[in-house]
Amino acid sequence: MLKKTLALAAVASVATVAIAGAAQARDQIRIVGSSTVYPFTTVVAENFGRGTGFKTPIIESTGTGGGFKLFCAGVGTDHPDFTNASRPIKKSEFETCAKNGVAEIVELRIGYDGLVMSNSKQAEPMTATRAQIFLALAKEIPVDGKWVANPNKKWSDVDASLPAIDIEVLGPPPTSGTRDSFVELALEVGCETFPEVKALDKAGHKEKCQSIREDGAFVEAGENDNLIVQKLDANPKAFGIFGFSFLDQNGDKLQGVNVEGVTPTFETIASGEYPVSRPLQIYAKKAHIGVIPGMKEFLAEYASDKAMGANGYLTDKGLVPLPADQAVKYRKNAVELVTMSAGDI
Amino acid sequence: MATVDETMDTRSAQAARAAQAGRSQIAETVNAGLGRRYRSERRFRAYGVLAIVLALSMLATLFVTIISKGYTAFWQNSLNFEVALPADVIDPQGTRDPKVLASANYLGLVRDALQAQFPEVDSRQERRALFAMLSDSAPYDLQDAVLDNPGAIGGTIKVRVSLDDDFDMLAKGHINADLPQDQRRLTDVQVAWFQSLEQRGMVEAHFNTALFTNGDSRQAESAGILGAVVGSLFVVAVTLALSFPIGVATAVYLEEFAPKNRFTDLIEVNINNLAAVPSIVFGLLGLAVFLQFFGLPRSAPLVGGLVLTLMTLPTIIIASRAALKSVPPSIREAALGLGASKLQMILHHVLPLAMPGMLTGTIIGMAQALGESAPLLMIGMVAFVVDIPNGPLDPATVLPVQIFLWADSPERAFVERTSAAIMVLLAFLVFMNAAAVWLRKRFERRW
Repeated sequence: MLKKTLALAAVASVATVAIAGAAQARDQIRIVGSSTVYPFTTVVAENFGRGTGFKTPIIESTGTGGGFKLFCAGVGTDHPDFTNASRPIKKSEFETCAKNGVAEIVELRIGYDGLVMSNSKQAEPMTATRAQIFLALAKEIPVDGKWVANPNKKWSDVDASLPAIDIEVLGPPPTSGTRDSFVELALEVGCETFPEVKALDKAGHKEKCQSIREDGAFVEAGENDNLIVQKLDANPKAFGIFGFSFLDQNGDKLQGVNVEGVTPTFETIASGEYPVSRPLQIYAKKAHIGVIPGMKEFLAEYASDKAMGANGYLTDKGLVPLPADQAVKYRKNAVELVTMSAGDI
Repeated sequence: MATVDETMDTRSAQAARAAQAGRSQIAETVNAGLGRRYRSERRFRAYGVLAIVLALSMLATLFVTIISKGYTAFWQNSLNFEVALPADVIDPQGTRDPKVLASANYLGLVRDALQAQFPEVDSRQERRALFAMLSDSAPYDLQDAVLDNPGAIGGTIKVRVSLDDDFDMLAKGHINADLPQDQRRLTDVQVAWFQSLEQRGMVEAHFNTALFTNGDSRQAESAGILGAVVGSLFVVAVTLALSFPIGVATAVYLEEFAPKNRFTDLIEVNINNLAAVPSIVFGLLGLAVFLQFFGLPRSAPLVGGLVLTLMTLPTIIIASRAALKSVPPSIREAALGLGASKLQMILHHVLPLAMPGMLTGTIIGMAQALGESAPLLMIGMVAFVVDIPNGPLDPATVLPVQIFLWADSPERAFVERTSAAIMVLLAFLVFMNAAAVWLRKRFERRW
């Protein structure tokens, strides 16, 4: 028994070392990045795998920041070929990439994602401005020229036109790209409508305009948006923050909060009327094209009219397509493999 | 004397009386407190029962929610209708070459067949809405049917093609057709078309085989758990192949051979502590050692198995040592007394007797590994993988990860599939734990 055991252990460790020694040739595209873009990229990958002779790409959901970290780590088969991002690449990330030899990056903007605040259908629909959302959710708000800890307990404390119910908003945690975008597109814009902001320096601006209250009115509900949907369904007084596709799928249970007079619908997000929406994109490593089979074809599939076009299969999954002029530009980029320069950011 | 006797008598009588009084006093005190003591015991027992009821009701709630949400995922609705197979479309040369047959335009044929059911639909937009009823995998269903039965070319074939998940949800009652149109994903016309197909008997509910024979997919109707199950099996196989021999060898050495000194004490404390380390830490270790140092591929079940080996080793070592300890010294002494060497004593007598306990520990460790997802996040196994892995080096995910990924999908149809996958995982775990209990019962010896 023991002899066999020892032999087995020895064989196993030898095998491990042998495998480790062999260089890994990869014939399959690897994609990392945003969990918001994940549902779209996976659909493209599946159709790509089925429609072409290439293997179906492997897609990991690592978050936008985590995706850039892996993507920018270097060139070679150990590193991913694409990264999904729910915000454009940052200058610092672009520089890290360049430092590690990932100088040539092709950017493909695939469409828009609306960020919605929703509540249960059983409750009254709400209309709010971004300034009101800021007053309801910020950590500190200006009162008579001074910054004080947010005293608003009910929506009606923010503005008499809003309902007299307790402020209770379920949203994603700080690690989420959705949260970053919501802060940037809703809170910061709302914040800047107040004259007190002008007196702040850059750090103070960031602190006042980007901090969400922590006294229980804003509940960090985790990354699982389906969970938020269930909670809203059970509690008609609460509001939730998530991507438009979850509102689209749960139209029988939820309604979107009307922001600045615009209700979030597929059409209002596509036309840019609905203010809280962000671009989604995928970045390709040009150095891998020709090394990993199928990369060019995958980009072409993604950029094709049947995928991200106005009536493409991605729209069925809740992606809001690009306006025509942008679509033409990015499609050209993807097909001709035009790389980004630092000036594009 | 008499007086003395008398006094002695009275004394003893007094003592007896006093003793009796004392006893009755004790009895009184005891009796007075008895009710309270009985009550407190009853209360204590009631707390125990309450705790059990609470635990059971939580378990029942879990099972009821999962099963009530997920049982509908085990069947699926498909369209069952006649599709015309004109020979000039499928096989113009009449060669019946499978390659030619595979490249025909089946999407067009399925769409034509559906269109034939609703001749009044002719505008582009209406047709789009009608064809939304067909799943993306519908053409492949037809293709498979034709390849299986090439004789039907030129005539018609009765075929079952997948239905889009939204319509499946409608048939299962998860989409309320009574709501106004803007509150659901299907329009009134689409609902009406579907209901008319139902009346014509073309919608067929059948066992959801796709759930068990397909890999992951973003189309809920063709999403399955096979890829994840195979991935899990590879991971558990690697874990078992490594952790069982290493764990048993460690336990035997520590229990039978190792001298008792500070160094072995330190090892023992460390093993016990390792059992309590959060599993994500092992994932980080795996990322640093196996991926970055050894250069093993990301997302591979081999790496997953190595990481989970690290995680389950302490459990197996502790259980194996307990099993070795429970073998009575008399067995060892008898073996040695009859002239067996120490190695013979261990291999022939102690190990066989300790084996049931070791196996129980191993199975529980494996069940733990099967249900683990956190450390796999670090080594890239939380990924969308469509192809079924063929070996421990192919990219794969595991069942808990598949559940996690589905739970986060916006489509309504994934809610029931998530619960169905949970049921499958629970079935595996119950099976493994039952095997552990059976092994213990079957081979256990009492001394």
